[in-house]
This record gives sequence, structure tokens and C-alpha cells, in this order.
Amino acid sequence: MKRILVGIKRVVDFNVRIRVKPDGSGVVTDGVKMSVNPFDEIALEEALRIKERGGAEEVIVATVGPADTQQQLRSALAMGADRALHVQADGVIEPLVAARALLKLIEREQPFLVILGKQAIDDDNGQTGQVLAALWNRPQATYASRLELLSDTTARVTREVDAGLETLEIDLPAVITADLRLNEPRYVKLPDIMKAKKKPLETLSLAALGVEQRQQLKLARFEPPPQRQKGIRVKDAAELVEQLKRKGIL
Amino acid sequence: MSAKILIVAEHDGARLNVSTAKCVSCALTLSGAEITIAVCAADPGAVAAQAAQLAGVTRVLTVANPANTHALAAVLAPQIAALAGPFTHVLGPSTTYGKDLMARIAGLLGAPQVSDIMGLESPTRFQRPVYAGNAILTVEAEGGVRVVGTVRMASFEAAGGGGSAPVEKVDVSVELPTHTRFISVSAARSDRPDLQTAARVISGGRALGSAEGFKILYSLADKLGAAVGASRAAVDAGYAPNEMQVGQTGKIIAPELYVAVGISGAIQHLTGIKDARTIVAINKDGEAPIFEVADFGLVGDLFQIIPELEKLVS
Repeated sequence: MKRILVGIKRVVDFNVRIRVKPDGSGVVTDGVKMSVNPFDEIALEEALRIKERGGAEEVIVATVGPADTQQQLRSALAMGADRALHVQADGVIEPLVAARALLKLIEREQPFLVILGKQAIDDDNGQTGQVLAALWNRPQATYASRLELLSDTTARVTREVDAGLETLEIDLPAVITADLRLNEPRYVKLPDIMKAKKKPLETLSLAALGVEQRQQLKLARFEPPPQRQKGIRVKDAAELVEQLKRKGIL
Repeated sequence: MSAKILIVAEHDGARLNVSTAKCVSCALTLSGAEITIAVCAADPGAVAAQAAQLAGVTRVLTVANPANTHALAAVLAPQIAALAGPFTHVLGPSTTYGKDLMARIAGLLGAPQVSDIMGLESPTRFQRPVYAGNAILTVEAEGGVRVVGTVRMASFEAAGGGGSAPVEKVDVSVELPTHTRFISVSAARSDRPDLQTAARVISGGRALGSAEGFKILYSLADKLGAAVGASRAAVDAGYAPNEMQVGQTGKIIAPELYVAVGISGAIQHLTGIKDARTIVAINKDGEAPIFEVADFGLVGDLFQIIPELEKLVS
């Protein structure tokens, strides 16, 4: 069966203005809205579109995270994924651990394409896709804004890079990481949420996959960033230019 | 134990990118660090000569291979991983080149990666932004573990010149994959300064209304010798190309002067400009969040204000 595997992560919703805990041990997450990482939604949308065009038969969504991540897997199933794999784990999951777990799932499911978001908006690491591609010894196409399947064994990917747009041709299977403009994810309709409750969701553990939950970077301290001083209002262009000249900027 | 740092050079085959000089500055914050730059290219000579001139560099290693004509992470990563043995740190820039490449190297090495390093307290303690820069996280690596890192460009000045490090050719005998092939890159040629390094940047948002609307910014930018950027909304709407995007998922910049025109100031955008010396906001909505971070705010119609500004600075 032609399968696409999509990796998702549960993160603090992008609209939440986060606060650092007074003791510096983390950010406040109690009572805070959690969502599927927005870039991962784009990854899932792309997989669903490929399936809808007949390019794949099954879309599997997978995550490594705490028990509550089931909510995000259900959201992904409501968007249209066929089934979900939940590798349950608490605490800090570093990209290397997530990638090792995903690799085990790849070995089991044999997807021809793996799509992830380019970064999670909580830790902003932006590593898991590349680490996974390295461990799997397969191509990676990060920051994808366009993905075309040329055949069963090759794809063409347009990437958003600092210089502009880069186009790569890659052999499949491969890892793609989704950038903002790859697509616009669909809205989930109520009947789909009901239907998603009946879709298969399998729970696994890191231990069962033979992956050690090693943490190589200790999170020593969180601090709020330095705040900028609030500035002044000027009344027109002339005053703005005068102020900038006075500060020696113009 | 003093740090032995390998920096992966970013270049276009002919010129060393300034991002490499910023990585050198980051490495130099560790006193006594030994700094090696690796240049992988089809013909690394010219780039290596530029790298050798950066102040503070101990030596430059060159790996010549026709497979390195275009920078492909899948091709470069095994070569760097093969060189990594004696080093305590492997650093690259937090540009799209470095972000794509360094994590693949980390994967090959099974090493932890610290993304977007903004400061080093010691060889094992690093500061980096998380949550779109709304928190600063200090991470500590286990002693004796090799660390891969990407260096946040807005946090470091470019290292100076005047150095004369020796250049050594090295042979790397690893099998390189052919599963990833470069096809093309859109050459966005511009006579304007580079957005990432410009001292002055003028950015436009959705309020510009069209690609046509952006022309008034280009015109002002040319008078000021400024680079032009854009908000995500403006890029999404097709008013400006992706390489102009400033923010959490675009470029993170630290110019002397940043002028935000018709940009409301979403958190994700503010992340990209926090390190600017002076921020000017021009917006018709006096309640826009951009005014919270602006040193100078001007409420009004940008289509009237920008031409006025252009006349005043001409």
C-alpha cells in the first residue's frame, strides 16, 4: 500500500502569549490552549491532497508525546488522516529521540513519503526532519513550498531558501519538511470530528520500539526576553526625520 | 578543557558568506577556543583564502569535490561528519543553508544540536530563543558530548579581517549519495543591500495592497540605501517574494534602523526585528501592536507619509 507518514507535535497554540514561570523552570502551560503545531498541519494537508489526487492510498499520522497528545491526533484524524500512531512519552523529547522513534515507525509502515513541519513553534528547534533523513539515509527537502510527485520513485520540491526559491529533484522515499506557503490547511467540519472518534489510534511506547529516551541537553533556565522601551509618537513625516537626525540615524 | 570548534563555511562557490564570520565571533566568545573552518566546494581555493583572513581562525580545511558544486545537505553532511572527530563543537549559521545542513550532521553524529545560539556562557552552556523569542532558554550539554549548533545571525557581529590562518587540503573518503539533485535556484538579483546584513531595512505589510504598492518602499529604500523586507502577510498575498520575509520563520535581522510600514506587528514578526537598534512604525491603526516596540511611531496613511519621507531625505 502507498502510504504517507506525517509527524505531528502538540504545542502551545500560536495565538497564546506565553509567560515564563517565576522560578525559571519553564513556561506556564496550565489551562493554556494546545494545538497541532501549525507547520505539521500544513504537512498533513499536503499528504491529504496527494491522497485525494490518487497519489497515495493511506495517510498515517504519528506523534511522540504525552497522553494528552491524543487530542491532537484526533484533530489530525478529523482533518482526514486514516489512522494514528501515538508513541507515548512524558518529559523532554529531543529531536534525536523523536527521529529514532519515527524511524522505527517507518520501518514498520514502509511509507514512500514522510512529511513533517519545518519546525515546532514551541522549542523552535527545526531539527527532527533533517535528523530523521540522516538516520534513514534518505533525501531531505526542507522548507518546501511546492511538492510534485514525478513518478513512483522521484519527486521535485521547491524550497524557500534565503536566496529565493531552490528546486531539488529527490529519489523516494524521502523526508519533506513543510514551510508556510506549501498550502493552506482545511477547516475541520463537525461531522468529521464525529467520524474521527471511530478511526484507529494505536498507542505504543518508546521502550516497545527499542528507543531510549535520552536527554542530552538539560533545560537549565527559562527567562523572559529583555523588553524594548516604549518609544514616542511623532505627528508627521517631518518630525520623524528630525527625530532620526537628532539620534544620528539619518 | 578548551573548546575545539569546527565551523562549516557558507559560500556560493566564489565568495564566503558573512554568516561564517558571525559564526567565528560566536566561537570567539569562548576564550582559548581553537577555531577551524571547513570549506567544502568543487574548487575551494578562493573561499578558503577569504576564510583564512578572518581574525581568530586557527586553520582552514578544504574538501574539494565536484559533488560540492551546489550545497546539498545530504551530500555535505557526511563529509563534515567525517571531519568532526577531533572537535568539541560543530557550528554553522542559522540561515536556511545552515539550518538544513547542521541538523543532518547532528543526526549522523547522534549529537545534540543547539539551534539559534545567541550566547555561550561556557563550552557547555548556551542561550537560545524559544517560543518565537518570547522566552530565552539556557541549555546545558552533558560534559564530554560533542555539540552541534546553529548560530543566530542577529546576535553576533561579523569577525574582522587581518588573519592569515594556514589552509590545509583534506581528503574525505566517504560515499556521497546521488539521491538528491540540484535543479535550479531563482536568482533574485537586486542592487539593494542584502536584507540579512543591511544597516537600514524598510519592510512593508499587507497594507501596501499590492506588489505595485511596494514600489513606494523600493523608492524610499533607494534614497536611504536600505534593504526591503516584508511581513508574512505581504508575502502570502504575493506582494513580495519569500526571501524578503522577516520574522520567526523568515529572516531574523538586526539593522541600525528598521522601518515597519503598514505592518501590524504579530509576535512572529516582532521576533525577527527585536534586535534592531531603532524601530520606526508607520501604521494607520494607532492600536497596532507594532507601536509597543517602536522607538518612533507615526499614525497615518502610509501612501501619503512614504512619499513625504522620500522628499525629506532626498
